[in-house]
This record gives sequence, structure tokens and C-alpha cells, in this order.
Amino acid sequence: MRFSWRDTLMSYAFLAPALLLLLAFTFYPLAYGTYLGFTEYTGARFAQGLGPKWIGLENFRTLLADPLFLTSLGNSVKYLLVVPALQLASLAVAVLVSRELPGIALFRAAYYVPVVTSISLAAVMWEWVYNREGTLNWALSALHLLPRGEAFGWLNNEATAFFAVMLVTFWRGFGYYMVLYLAGLQNIPAELEEAARLDGATPWQRFWRVTVPLMKPTILLCTLLSTIAALRVLEEVLVLTGGGPLNSTYTALMYVYAKAFQGFNFDYGLASAAGLVVALVALGLALVNFRLFHEAEGGDA
Amino acid sequence: MSAVTARPARPAVQTRRPPKRLLSTVLRYALLIGVLLFAVFPFLWTLAIALTDKTAGTSIYNFPASLFPKQVTLHNFGEVYRTFGLGRYVWNSLSITAMTVVGTLVVSALAAYPLARFRFPGRNLIFSVIVLTLVLPTETNFLANTLTLQKLHLLGTHLGVVIPTIAGAFGIFLMRQAFLSVPSALLEAARLDGAGELTILTRIMLPLTRPSLAALGIFTLVGTWNAYFWPMLVLSAAPDKVPLSVAVLKLKGQFNYDPFNIAAGSLIMMLPVLLVFLAAQRLFMRGLEGAVK
Repeated sequence: MRFSWRDTLMSYAFLAPALLLLLAFTFYPLAYGTYLGFTEYTGARFAQGLGPKWIGLENFRTLLADPLFLTSLGNSVKYLLVVPALQLASLAVAVLVSRELPGIALFRAAYYVPVVTSISLAAVMWEWVYNREGTLNWALSALHLLPRGEAFGWLNNEATAFFAVMLVTFWRGFGYYMVLYLAGLQNIPAELEEAARLDGATPWQRFWRVTVPLMKPTILLCTLLSTIAALRVLEEVLVLTGGGPLNSTYTALMYVYAKAFQGFNFDYGLASAAGLVVALVALGLALVNFRLFHEAEGGDA
Repeated sequence: MSAVTARPARPAVQTRRPPKRLLSTVLRYALLIGVLLFAVFPFLWTLAIALTDKTAGTSIYNFPASLFPKQVTLHNFGEVYRTFGLGRYVWNSLSITAMTVVGTLVVSALAAYPLARFRFPGRNLIFSVIVLTLVLPTETNFLANTLTLQKLHLLGTHLGVVIPTIAGAFGIFLMRQAFLSVPSALLEAARLDGAGELTILTRIMLPLTRPSLAALGIFTLVGTWNAYFWPMLVLSAAPDKVPLSVAVLKLKGQFNYDPFNIAAGSLIMMLPVLLVFLAAQRLFMRGLEGAVK
């Protein structure tokens, strides 16, 4: 065609580093990981210098029979509870900071600081808050909500650890989604808001009847992003609880990580198979997400 | 009758309105401050702990005294730096972050230039494939990638942390958009003057797209400095080479764990990122960088 040889060669030369790196560290591991999911590749084989051995669906049978895997998958799905809380709160905070009040830039910036905070630093700080003698218990007992004698460490308690970890995800996320919603809010015509106000709508009604419907595209994007992130949660668990107490915070990716890298009898095959299951669940949820929003959209029209 | 009742109603509305608006403003600020406390309280307490003079024999859980240290000192910062050899980890963080930022900028700019400016067979396909990486389930790639690094003898090295992370759709896409906005006339003029493509890229394109380069550099810097999981994994057999983000947690896991020193060490780690964030706030408030992570 009209392509010049010189341009073509030049283009591929410039693209080569990026393409090679993507091939080696994004596409190859995806393919190889999928393959490993159908093989036996344990620490024992690895130590003898043997490669992976094809065993078909055996790993998936093992997974389905492993109560720890089922627990971890269940916990990952349960972790999705953070999504509606996070999205509603972020949208509400975005509405709160969208009015140009004196000092508002300071508040916006401060809300974003947790987003640029390393998970390891968050772990250090929040463990002090959650400690048996920490600020959370101190505040609760000062408000007479928790008798002193019944204080407990929030990360060491089977009933609370899961939600304590979730709150850290929430804390590190709401500033980020706030910024995305803030950008979306700027596209809502001020007249609409004003018209609703003149019609006597309360702030509560304006939020649900004007803001939320008009923000639907942004809400869809943010919900999708945070659903996938919630299902993939690993770092928070790793640094705060390591999956405990009593596996109450053990998530699916924690299972993948632990099977592949913790203990002596590591099993790359089983870990990869577990990863495939997580990917499938994520795909399914993304589709459900789209469907739900699509239907809601259709219902409105 | 209606006229009589309507007349006094008017001034009543006027006098009632300002207090109502005032009330709603006060309420707004109350909410703003409530959320602010939630967002920054952990930092404030950590700062208070780090500044506390522990020679007085105080506990970090002695509320409310531990939130407002009476005797302030910078001693903890020096102590954690010396006793824990924090300098080494600062250096590791600097090395990994610098290599990642430079690598990302170079690889992204090189790839973005032809995608934005040349016509060649396969261009659309390549661009789609790059964008596709954003939606692929890459969350378990760490497994196969560590095996690859082992084969390349890069496991336990800074390069091993850096190389798999520098090519990404976000950087390439950002630079491509920037290059698209450079007027063609400039390129034509340079070509007529006999400039090579690499010269055009470095002398014309890059200087003209400095804001995008800065944005990409800053997002990459913050993301890399804060990264925990990947460097922890690659450097798990080389504890001397870990960055601050990994070292801070190791500090916490030590037996003779001194919360005052941990707080100080944590803040040393946070400070550079906080400064960069405050200087480049506007960039972050555009909500771009999510894809970097």
C-alpha cells in the first residue's frame, strides 16, 4: 500500500522495547499461568528440576474440595460489600466539596492524602488505631459504647477483623473516587440543580433525584473499577492480618500467594488454577455490573 | 385576607433566610471537618508519636496525652536512622524509583511516537493490544513473572523489580495523546532540515510535551515509592535490597519494636511522596493516575 518502508522500520524499532516488555511480562505470564493451572508443578518437582506436568482439571477438583479455598473465595466476594459503601460515600463527599467554599481546596487535598499513602504505612498506622489499647477503643469507651473491660484488638477478633481491613481499603480509596466524581459533577448543568432547589427539593432529594441519575456513567465506571479492585484484594490482608484470625480475612488472592510462595510445599499449579477461578469470577461480575446498569438505564428511559 | 397574611410573610422569609444559609454553611463545614479527621487522624497521631520524647517513659496508648506530646523532640528520627540503618533502604527506594521513572518515560515516549505520528501496517492492532492490557486479568501475573526473573537471574535485584513494570498502557497512551497535539508543520520543517526521527523526538516532541512527561513521571514516582507487594516478592531473598515501603513493615515486625522509632521511620518514608503530592496537587486532582497502579 502507501506505507513507506522507512517509516515502518522506524516505527517498529521505536515500539520494540515496549512490545517486548509487554510480551514478556504481561502476555506471556498470562498464557503460562493459564497453562500452569492445568499442570502439576509442586515444590518437589521444582526442586528436582522437573517442569510442569499436564494433569487436566485435577487442580480445579482439588480446589473445590479445599475448604480454605472456598472460604477465601467467599471472603473475596464478601469483600465486595465495600463497593457500594465506598461509591456512595465518595459521591457524597464529592458533592460536599464541589461547592467553592473558602478553604475547600485544602479539604480536597487532605482527603486525597490517604490515596498516595503506601499500604505498608497504612498498616503501621491503622494497627495502632485498631490495637486493644488503641484510639478506636479509647474513643468508643469515652463515648460509653464499649465498656473498658471488654476492649479487644479489632484485627485480632474474628468478628471484626474483616471489616477493619475493609475500612482501610475504604480509607485509601474514597479520595480517589471523590476526584473522579468531582470531574463528573462539573458536567452537570448548574441550572438543573437550581431548578430542583426552586421546586423545593431538599438536599437529600436533590442528591438522589438529580445528582445520582445524571452521574450514572461515572458511577458505572467507578463501581466497575472498585469491584475488580475489591475482588483482587491482597495487599491490605497481607500487611494487616496475613489472612487471620481463623482465616476470617483470607481472600482468594491471598490463597494464590500463599500456595505459591508461603510454606515448604508450594504448588504453582494449584495457585495458578486458583488465579484462573478468580479471573473468571471477576469477568462474571463485570458482566453483571454492566447488565445491572444497563437495565437501570433502560428503566429510566 | 390573603394580602394581609402575605405582607408580613415577606420580611419573615428575608430574615429567616440568612440564618438558614448560615446554618447550612456551618453544617457543611462540620461535615468537612468530620471527614477530614477520618482522612488525616492516623497521620496526626503518627506525627505525635514520632515527636514524643520517650525518655519520659510514656506509652503511645496513654490517651489523650499521647496525642499531644508535652516534650517534643526530633531524637526518634535520628535514632531510627542510625540503629536500623535506614539510609540503606532510602538508597534502595531511590534507586528503584529513579530507574522505574526513567525507564517508564523512555519506553513510553519511544512507543508513543510512532503510534501518534507514523503510518505503518499493524498500527491499529498494536494500539488495541496495548489498550487491551488494561482489562486483562493480570492480578496473578506475579507468579509467572517471578519464575521468569529467576531464569533471567534477576530475582533479588533492583532491575528485577523495575523491568517488568516499566511498559504500561497508561504511559504509552498519555504520551501518544500529548504527541498528537504537536503541530505537524514543526515536524515537516525539521525533516526538511534533515533531522533524524530520534532527533525530532528528543529535540522537538519531548520539550513540547513536558507537562505530560512530568505528569507521567510524578505518577510513576509516587506509585513506585509506595509499592509494597511486588518489591517484597522480588526481593524476598535479598533483605538488604528492599525499599523503605518493605523495610517499614520489617521494622514493625522486629522484637525490640519501639513504636516511637517506627513512627519516625514511617514519616521519613512518607515525606518525599507528601512533598511531591503537595507540589503537584492539581495533577492528582484531575483523576488521571488510577491506571498507573
